[in-house]
Amino acid sequence: MSGLLLALAIMAALAVLLGAVLGFASVKFKVEADPLVDKIDAVLPQTQCGQCSYPGCRPYATAIAAGEADINRCPPGGEDGIHKLAELLGVDYKPFDEGAAQPKPKSVALINEELCIGCTLCIQACPVDAILGSAKQMHTIIASECTGCELCIAPCPVDCIRMVPVGTTLKNWKWDYPVIPIASIPTKAA
Amino acid sequence: MHSPHIAKPTTVSVIMLKVLAALLPGLIVYVHFYGIGVLVQLALATGTALLAEAAMLKLRGLPVDFFLRDYSAVLTAWLLALAMPPLGAWWLIVVATLFAIVIAKQLYGGLGNNPFNPAMVGFAVAIVAFPAQMAQWGSPTVPLHELEQLAYIFTRQLPPGAALDAVVSATPLDFLKTQLLLGDHSVPELLARPLYGHVAGIGGEWIALGYLVGGLFLWKQRLIPWQTPLAMLAGLAAVATPLWLYDPLHFANPLFHLAAGATMLAAFFIVTDPVTAPTTPRGRLIFGFLVGVLTYVIRVFGGFPDSVAFAVLIMNIAVPFIDHTTQPPVFGAKRKGGSA
Amino acid sequence: MSTLYSFHGGIHPPENKQQSTGRPIGTPPLPARLYLPLNQHLGNPATPCVAVGERVLKGQRIAKADGAVSAALHAPTSGTVTAIAPHAYAHPSGLAETCIVIDADGRDEWQPRQGFPLWQSTEPAEVRRFLRDMGVVGLGGAVFPTSLKLASTHLDTLVINGAECEPYISCDDLLMRERAADIVSGIAIVVRLMQPKRVLIGIEDNKPEAIAAMRAACAGSDYQVVAVPTKYPSGGAKQLIRILTGIEVPHGVRSTDLGVQCFNVGTVYTVARAVEHGEPVISRIVTLTGAVARPQNVEALLGTPAAELMAWAGQAPNSDGVIMGGPMMGFKLADTAAGLTKAGNCLIASSAELFPPRPPAMPCIRCGECADACPAELQPMDLYWFAKAKNFGKAQERNLFDCIECGACSYVCPSQLPLVDYYRFAKSEIWAAERDKKSADRARTRHEFRQFRIEREKTEKAQRLAEHAAKTAAPQATLPTPTPVATDKPAEDKAAAIKAAMERAAALKAAGSATPAVQSEDAKQAAIRAAMERAAVNKAAREAAKEAGASSAAPAPSDDAKKAAIQAAMERAAAQKAARGAASLGLPETPAAPIVPNNVLDDAKKAAIQAAMARAAAKKAEREASEAGQQAQPAAPAAHALDDAKKAAIQAAMERAAARKAEREHAEAAPADKAPTAPAPGPATLDDAKKAAIQAAMERAAARKAARDAEQHRPPQDKDS
Ligand code: SF4
Ligand code: SF4
Repeated sequence: MSGLLLALAIMAALAVLLGAVLGFASVKFKVEADPLVDKIDAVLPQTQCGQCSYPGCRPYATAIAAGEADINRCPPGGEDGIHKLAELLGVDYKPFDEGAAQPKPKSVALINEELCIGCTLCIQACPVDAILGSAKQMHTIIASECTGCELCIAPCPVDCIRMVPVGTTLKNWKWDYPVIPIASIPTKAA
Repeated sequence: MHSPHIAKPTTVSVIMLKVLAALLPGLIVYVHFYGIGVLVQLALATGTALLAEAAMLKLRGLPVDFFLRDYSAVLTAWLLALAMPPLGAWWLIVVATLFAIVIAKQLYGGLGNNPFNPAMVGFAVAIVAFPAQMAQWGSPTVPLHELEQLAYIFTRQLPPGAALDAVVSATPLDFLKTQLLLGDHSVPELLARPLYGHVAGIGGEWIALGYLVGGLFLWKQRLIPWQTPLAMLAGLAAVATPLWLYDPLHFANPLFHLAAGATMLAAFFIVTDPVTAPTTPRGRLIFGFLVGVLTYVIRVFGGFPDSVAFAVLIMNIAVPFIDHTTQPPVFGAKRKGGSA
Repeated sequence: MSTLYSFHGGIHPPENKQQSTGRPIGTPPLPARLYLPLNQHLGNPATPCVAVGERVLKGQRIAKADGAVSAALHAPTSGTVTAIAPHAYAHPSGLAETCIVIDADGRDEWQPRQGFPLWQSTEPAEVRRFLRDMGVVGLGGAVFPTSLKLASTHLDTLVINGAECEPYISCDDLLMRERAADIVSGIAIVVRLMQPKRVLIGIEDNKPEAIAAMRAACAGSDYQVVAVPTKYPSGGAKQLIRILTGIEVPHGVRSTDLGVQCFNVGTVYTVARAVEHGEPVISRIVTLTGAVARPQNVEALLGTPAAELMAWAGQAPNSDGVIMGGPMMGFKLADTAAGLTKAGNCLIASSAELFPPRPPAMPCIRCGECADACPAELQPMDLYWFAKAKNFGKAQERNLFDCIECGACSYVCPSQLPLVDYYRFAKSEIWAAERDKKSADRARTRHEFRQFRIEREKTEKAQRLAEHAAKTAAPQATLPTPTPVATDKPAEDKAAAIKAAMERAAALKAAGSATPAVQSEDAKQAAIRAAMERAAVNKAAREAAKEAGASSAAPAPSDDAKKAAIQAAMERAAAQKAARGAASLGLPETPAAPIVPNNVLDDAKKAAIQAAMARAAAKKAEREASEAGQQAQPAAPAAHALDDAKKAAIQAAMERAAARKAEREHAEAAPADKAPTAPAPGPATLDDAKKAAIQAAMERAAARKAARDAEQHRPPQDKDS
């Protein structure tokens, strides 16, 4: 009998102790979470291009958070972006839909300054105010601020804006993932 | 191809071959005392290991030839064979080896990815599943004739006239344990028996010496760190000494423990297995020490007489944690000024 | 003799230096064409200051330093600039880079050389500027502009790096053997600029001739030549500092903060040449070795194509490429047409015999060899693991950026893993991610600001229209409208001020201040809300004015219109006040905001409750009013309906007043109260203030709607009656 009581007492003591430890841990190591929308918005590339069918990155983030939009709608974010969203939201990776907009290399818009008539339409379209110019004056794009959303292309009445791929420069060049003749990569050898 | 454009010629195969070579002194002494059975076990284990490894590599779609030549499977087989009873049944070592290679090594991702020491997994499985078989150690005092040994391993038939008791006996550790449990004898009394030789059993102590020599060779070759073996022996001694001083009648002296069983083999060849040991210097000390302590505790207070395998496996679990918590400070993080 | 310290790790690869030390420094023939990349140093590429077609003299500056972290570039020989265009460039990426191409005219004609004879007596800053304009950068490999490294004074120790630990390279060795005197005069200049207590010259003990030469040259000075044990990478600045002084310079810390600075012997040599002889950096000593017939060191003009140098040294036919730098840290040139740069200390003709391909890699066996070899005392196998798994956060946590990419770990790895490749990959991925994040953040801020701006412009437009409408309505309705218009004027000014403040806040946020950012965000939202409200108010006023204009005959409705206009004005004022309160709370300039006594919070709550009550009342009023309207429409006398509508309006106005008062109290209390007794979290206050403002705004909107509804119901009746 006393053995049983002892066992019970020990279990009870253990329960209390572990409970206390857990409680303490949950207070001590509490993570202040950003609201989900902010977290999603932080992953999105902020191109503000609307290719996701939402009027900007944040609205898309809001829609994702509300469960109204899929995570595979953002072409500028690329596959990587989908992976990140999938990880953040704890859902499965999902490739881009067939026929939907596909990711393409990052480009920036360039105004052909000879043709520009200074109509300001592109300025109104640019979601990040990356176009400088005023009425009847030639416009120009601040390349470093251009997100490559292409929203300025359609409004231009004289079609003087085109996208120029950024390409690899010494500034953004990256080392490749090492491909080593490792014998343990099975399928490659075959 | 990027820098560095040059590399040291040492390869994994070279390392493994050197370790195998370092096992030779101990192995020779072992064969000398226990007879050809040891070599049979060795051959059985090696063959099984290579076959199992090849089959698994093929199944995993890896280049068989290339990976067989790293000799890691052979090393596992040898370590296992050296830990198993020399006159054990052939299927015992085969099962243990299969377990070691297939489950403990390849299913975990093969070389470099196994969290548990494969040889020790094989050993532990054998001793848990077949305790009786594992308890029948060959007797160094009455060796059988070579052919008789072979026959016994493969057919379990003893030559007519030979008594089982004379051929196999418990290991010194096992014997000590059971006798102590019976309570009839004190430790010094038992150790005085011929079975125990000078320190820890006829043959056993010499074999241990052989391993020690091999281990020192490895250390000189900078193939094993000094921390793990030393810490393990220290850990063992650290528990054994006070208890022996406290009650020499019930606890064997530390020297006995250091020389008995698989202690030396483990200290220089098993806890030093890089894959399953910590990589940080402090981590190695902690790991080795705790293996030593656990070895003693399980040996003396636990259910199995030879407990190195369990001690190692238990500590293997803790390796990632040990590594994580013993990260050494990086250059510039510790001292301003510093020492010469 | 000072004591020597050792550093952790290190390796002893075959030295292979003796091949190239047998011959004195040679001079290869003048190349016909030189390719000078603008980006030969760390920092901003130089800006060309010559035009295509221009004739340049030897030593003439052809590109000037762009900013402080940059260095100038000079013509290595006389000739004509034939192009400024992308050309093969010595870089691991193999990318082309803008080069100034000079066709040599063969005359090798110097421009008048102007040294800096007064270096002893002039301001150090002047000398540093001079050195920058002479293109002096660290020649040890990092090519960091030397003028910047010279900027601190009163050092404890000046370390001169002659260790040259990488295999094959012997350019510093030969330089020290042959030109020790110049090196020592260079040291004297650096000493004058930095005033160190002592000067230690570290040379690996495998260069006895260089040590002897330097000792002889230093005789009579108190510079100490110290032989250090040969071990790679003792020539790393941090490692050499550690060896000579015992000081470990952690990652991200400038060595000068610990009282040490380190210069390569080649660098101090160029300092002396520039200051004493007026020779800019136009050439450098480079080791030509490897699979060549005549391995030796040469003084080559910058821009000389690597292929030409190798051909001159007799590159073996079986050689399969050229490595720039040493075998440990150098890289294979993608195109040997690339010109020699200031960083090019060695060109090795590689061949399969000298550099056999590594055996296939195996999985890491955690042997720990790499950790034993790592001079940065990292755990390379863990870094490898994390980098391979693209777990960059973890890799960074394990001090990936402390890795100096020395290659020691890779060198010793028995599994033949190209460990450094993984670290370089991980580092460049992390940098890229940081760049992307920065630009995304910038895009986000710009986008948000744009939205705010559009909102603001809309409001302003609406306001202008309302004003216009009010002005035109006034004479028609013969109403004393000047009052609302008059209040509008200063209000607008105020609004402009608030807007400016908010823009400031947004700008500050863009600048990246963390906490103020949150607050200004709130302020911005509050402002947007206030602006929206203003728009609504204006619309109401406009409608009221139109009403007034349409039914100018009836005196009663015009009365109402007046009231509505007054209300609208008052509401505007209140909204502006609220916005101001919020804005001033949000502005980072008012640090008092976070310190708010609890009773203010209470007040805010009270205000919120009051506002809620008012809202409920307003809703009721609205309901009543609309009901009254419906009932009134068919039969009821106009007076009755008007009475009800008036009552509703008055009720709403009273409630509004109450809410406004509470709001004002709160808004004033928050910034005004600076009593630091009871610190309450600022954001909470702001939150409450925000809530109160929202509620008040909603309440006002409801009241307004009620008023409007009442008015809408009235006109037909008026006409009927
Ligand atoms: S040297 Fe190579 S195999 Fe050994 S631990 Fe380092 S990475 Fe792994
Ligand atoms: S390359 Fe980096 S990780 Fe490897 S040894 Fe050098 S410093 Fe250490």
